[in-house]
Amino acid sequence: MEIFIDGIIKAIKMILSGDKEVFDITYTTLQVCLTAILISTVVGIPLGVLLGLNSFPGKKIVLVFVNIGMGLPPVVAGLYITMLLWRSGPLGNLGLLYTTHAIIMAQVLVSLPIIIGLTAAAFQQIDHKMLMQIKALGATGFQRIGLLLRETKLAILAAIMAGLGRVLAEVGAAMMVGGNIKGDTRILTTSMVMEVSKGNFDVAIALSFILMSLAFMITFLLTILQQRKQRV
Amino acid sequence: MKILQLKDVKYIANKQTLLDIPHFSLQQGDLLGIIGPNGAGKSTLLKVLSFLQAPTKGQVLYKGEEKQANSLNLELRRRFAVALQQSLLFDTTVHNNVALGLKLRKENKTVINEKVDYWLEKFNVASLSKKNARSLSGGEAQRVNLARALILAPEVLFLDEPFSALDFPTKAQLIQDFKEILNDTSTTTFFVSHDLLEIRHLTKSLAVIIDGNVKQMGNTKEVIEQPNEATAPFLNKWKELYTL
Repeated sequence: MEIFIDGIIKAIKMILSGDKEVFDITYTTLQVCLTAILISTVVGIPLGVLLGLNSFPGKKIVLVFVNIGMGLPPVVAGLYITMLLWRSGPLGNLGLLYTTHAIIMAQVLVSLPIIIGLTAAAFQQIDHKMLMQIKALGATGFQRIGLLLRETKLAILAAIMAGLGRVLAEVGAAMMVGGNIKGDTRILTTSMVMEVSKGNFDVAIALSFILMSLAFMITFLLTILQQRKQRV
Repeated sequence: MKILQLKDVKYIANKQTLLDIPHFSLQQGDLLGIIGPNGAGKSTLLKVLSFLQAPTKGQVLYKGEEKQANSLNLELRRRFAVALQQSLLFDTTVHNNVALGLKLRKENKTVINEKVDYWLEKFNVASLSKKNARSLSGGEAQRVNLARALILAPEVLFLDEPFSALDFPTKAQLIQDFKEILNDTSTTTFFVSHDLLEIRHLTKSLAVIIDGNVKQMGNTKEVIEQPNEATAPFLNKWKELYTL
């Protein structure tokens, strides 16, 4: 029990003292995770809408791959991104391995299928009569999608929160493609793994508080947005 | 004047012919009822005529000119309004729901507000203006749905069984109010129903559709009183039931 209490006290001291390293790690984590989720949202929602609203040959196969992607183990994503960015790999000449860009790529790979899959599911559930009613009201193609996004707002924001949860919790791929380099690619999850392996539970607890606080704050904001009353 | 016409129209889905209509027309100012058993093709006919669905074969003419049901004819689609059986209101206020069609047409905000107030008053739902549309009763929601359609001042109003989900007293009151509104506005109306009582009360002319074909069309009273060989089995059942 002592280990927990000591750890918590040290953690609080560390956070309150404004430790530079902790601040850097937190900043890098936010930068990486928010960039990854932004890319996944911007790319994933339109793809999910296309997949949910349209019928085309091979749609079921595409959905199967998207759904498999939703459960893609992060270390597998890390492995493929590493191979892609390896010096002799297809994108090796870009020199991105062991950079935050590589971590962002890995996080996009694990969060993108979640956003595509859940958006597609939300759009597939829309009553076809609602689609007809929107068309009959004289909506253009863009207006139609805008109205449908508002109608599926709860599900779409839930998809973004699920994707965000995945990137914030992700450690295996970030460790593999980022290398946990101090002052560069070290993020909260990789740093926690390292501190625990060194027996520095107080630091790990401090980092876990910060990680949970970040997750809480971002999710809180998204939930407020999700539950806000609609205006058409 | 014929505002909408069909020529040799067929609509085929899953290798089944749902609609097979050599000639059909809707006159400007008419209040046309469409009746037929379930699966007769009434709603398909509505979708084809309102340019929401392209026919598999044949022509759809607007004021004598052939038009296609595709994304390019938005301007044409905006001349019509459709109200369906389910009110399908959005998760926002009654005011916003009724205003929606005009907002999509980028109308001036002051004009929109004036028109919304007018139509909510007309349908006796002005007091519900700020309520969330999803919290309304069936009758209230259908009044809002009809106001949302009529605010667009459509050249043709398409109605697909808008009263069928309502209980009898609610339905009777709404039909009465709606009839007065239609008389005031003289809107050309295409009214799909499977209820001969509604049809008899609201429409001037009637088309009976069975198995995707229009079997009889004419003055509502005459069609009901003098059904032909094809429509008699269907219409006489109604007459027996309600001794019309």
